Amino acid sequence: MTRIEKRFGQLKADHGKAFIPYLTAGDPSLEMTLELVLALEKAGADLIEVGVPFSDPIADGPVIQRATDRALRNGVTLQKVLKLGENVRKKSEIPLVLFSYFNPLLNHGLDRLAKDSTAAGFDGVLASDLTIEESEPFVRSMQRAGLNTIFLVAPTSSEERMKKIAETSTGFLYAISRTGVTGERQELAADLKEFLRTLRSFTTTPIAVGFGISRPEHVQAVWREADAAIVGSAIVREIEKVIGDPVVVDLVGTVSAFARWLKDPSGK
Amino acid sequence: MKGHYGNYGGQFVPETLMHPLEELEAAYTAAQRDPSFQLEFDQLLRHYSGRPTALYFAERLTKAWRGAKIYLKREDLNHTGAHKINNCLGQGLLARRMGKRRIIAETGAGQHGVATATVCALLGMECVIYMGEEDIRRQELNVFRMKLLGARVIPVSAGSKTLKDAINESMRDWVTNVRTTYYMLGSVLGPHPYPLMVRDFQSVIGREVRAQILEKEGRLPDVLVACVGGGSNAIGLFYDFVEDNQIQMIGVEAGGRGPKLGEHAARFSGGRPGVLHGTFSYILQDADGQVVPTHSVSAGLDYPAVGPEHAELHDKGRVIYTSVTDGEALDAFHELSRLEGIIPALESSHAVAQTKKLILPSTRVVVINLSGRGDKDVTEVMRLMSEK
Repeated sequence: MTRIEKRFGQLKADHGKAFIPYLTAGDPSLEMTLELVLALEKAGADLIEVGVPFSDPIADGPVIQRATDRALRNGVTLQKVLKLGENVRKKSEIPLVLFSYFNPLLNHGLDRLAKDSTAAGFDGVLASDLTIEESEPFVRSMQRAGLNTIFLVAPTSSEERMKKIAETSTGFLYAISRTGVTGERQELAADLKEFLRTLRSFTTTPIAVGFGISRPEHVQAVWREADAAIVGSAIVREIEKVIGDPVVVDLVGTVSAFARWLKDPSGK
Repeated sequence: MKGHYGNYGGQFVPETLMHPLEELEAAYTAAQRDPSFQLEFDQLLRHYSGRPTALYFAERLTKAWRGAKIYLKREDLNHTGAHKINNCLGQGLLARRMGKRRIIAETGAGQHGVATATVCALLGMECVIYMGEEDIRRQELNVFRMKLLGARVIPVSAGSKTLKDAINESMRDWVTNVRTTYYMLGSVLGPHPYPLMVRDFQSVIGREVRAQILEKEGRLPDVLVACVGGGSNAIGLFYDFVEDNQIQMIGVEAGGRGPKLGEHAARFSGGRPGVLHGTFSYILQDADGQVVPTHSVSAGLDYPAVGPEHAELHDKGRVIYTSVTDGEALDAFHELSRLEGIIPALESSHAVAQTKKLILPSTRVVVINLSGRGDKDVTEVMRLMSEK
């Protein structure tokens, strides 16, 4: 059983819901990403998605594109992100998902990736442009090494596809809240509830919802229908704000406070 | 598994795009079986674009080079000045069948953008073109043509500011407006069914060449030469001849300023298999799997990946892929202009330059796909000449 499965198991027993922040590894530096992971855990994160930057992030909006550019300019590579995983594991047991596009993963070699990710302490792998049609070698390599394989499911996915994606995903399913690229939105999609209920009817695997989740009321709304809320661009934007601000210097404190607010705006 | 060419091709896209790709495939399959679709496509190719395009014996070029007989397939004589219109007419009719009123497209040299804007004007559709800022600078004239045709041209400032980044932005638009929008991809790239569909729409080139050369020479050609960016004009010429094993086929990539990574767009000599823009093919990437910047004097060849069917033809050895440098292409640009009175596109100039290097007896017959005309390139060539 992976750390991801254990965490969702505990949450289920406690009737709790998961809060999953996304970080682009190496934005603004790998040392800061390590500190951010540890601080976000203290702020109540149940799992962290660690993004491996890719030169052509077609599924990402401007915020994560800029984070990707910063990380790539910092010389971040998959090898260095794996090392980051090792460094997290020296201090924490928080579940980690390696999150990227398929090419950098494929380039590493799938069996080697499975071995190295496991050794580095990652629990699952997700490639945002890997469809289930093309996933067989990937799933075989990852699952053999004991890693979860997480796939995206979209509001445009047919019921037949939803079923297949649910069968291929382990650990959790990543439900995209709306069509489009990553990025914050004022409102959640009107048809989200119906989409999640349809998806729920096909699977008992935990469902995490991402894309556009940027306010506490979004997190609460997602928790009513699903098992986890994923926050990416909103957190990355907080990082961007601090590194671009000459006055605010406490990056870790600011991002943790933001994560706490998203989870519980009343500050209990 | 669908849309594979040997190990290559496939569908590597965000899940949100899988439903529209399934819809597109179903619509295309239905259209292929529908005689009225084929008829309308053929009529537009003939009466709107002016097909069949001429197969012209370049006598002065043949004499000057003292080698094989050289024929030029005059795709530059198409309406809008390049082969791109063949694909756009086909996809435009398909989009209309599917009830999509908003068309998006990427463009490098601007030829696909112009062809898309043209077809959108013809069919009364909204048109949005993504184009890298560097390409906008190099292809100013085509940008203005697109605007005249009623298209909105959106500059892309990310990355290398060229075709690759324009495709990224088109895919982001498509994934966002997926329910109303048709993505008119301009080459044999991207996820299935695009490489198949674009090849089918372009394969008219090779079918015409077969009939024309049989009429002129009473036999098939010995060598076919075409430039390869994404590879749509090349596959359009080659496809009808793939089974004719005696015919040598040569695809010419952009050798740019030289063989160092980043200085060219020669995917087969400098790249490795990988995934970019929805398909598995040869791509120019670094040791960490990051796609690297490319360079070519010709915007239409300045792209780090190549169509997956070319990858298969390469591995099978059926097509030989080679490259010529910016300088060689520019020399060919001038030579063809002066000897034949035909100003070729810088893309097509690569195919002309490669043909010059072939050592063949005068009994042999070569067909070059002159995929586009050079009007769009004259300001850039003028700039390059003034730098010398």
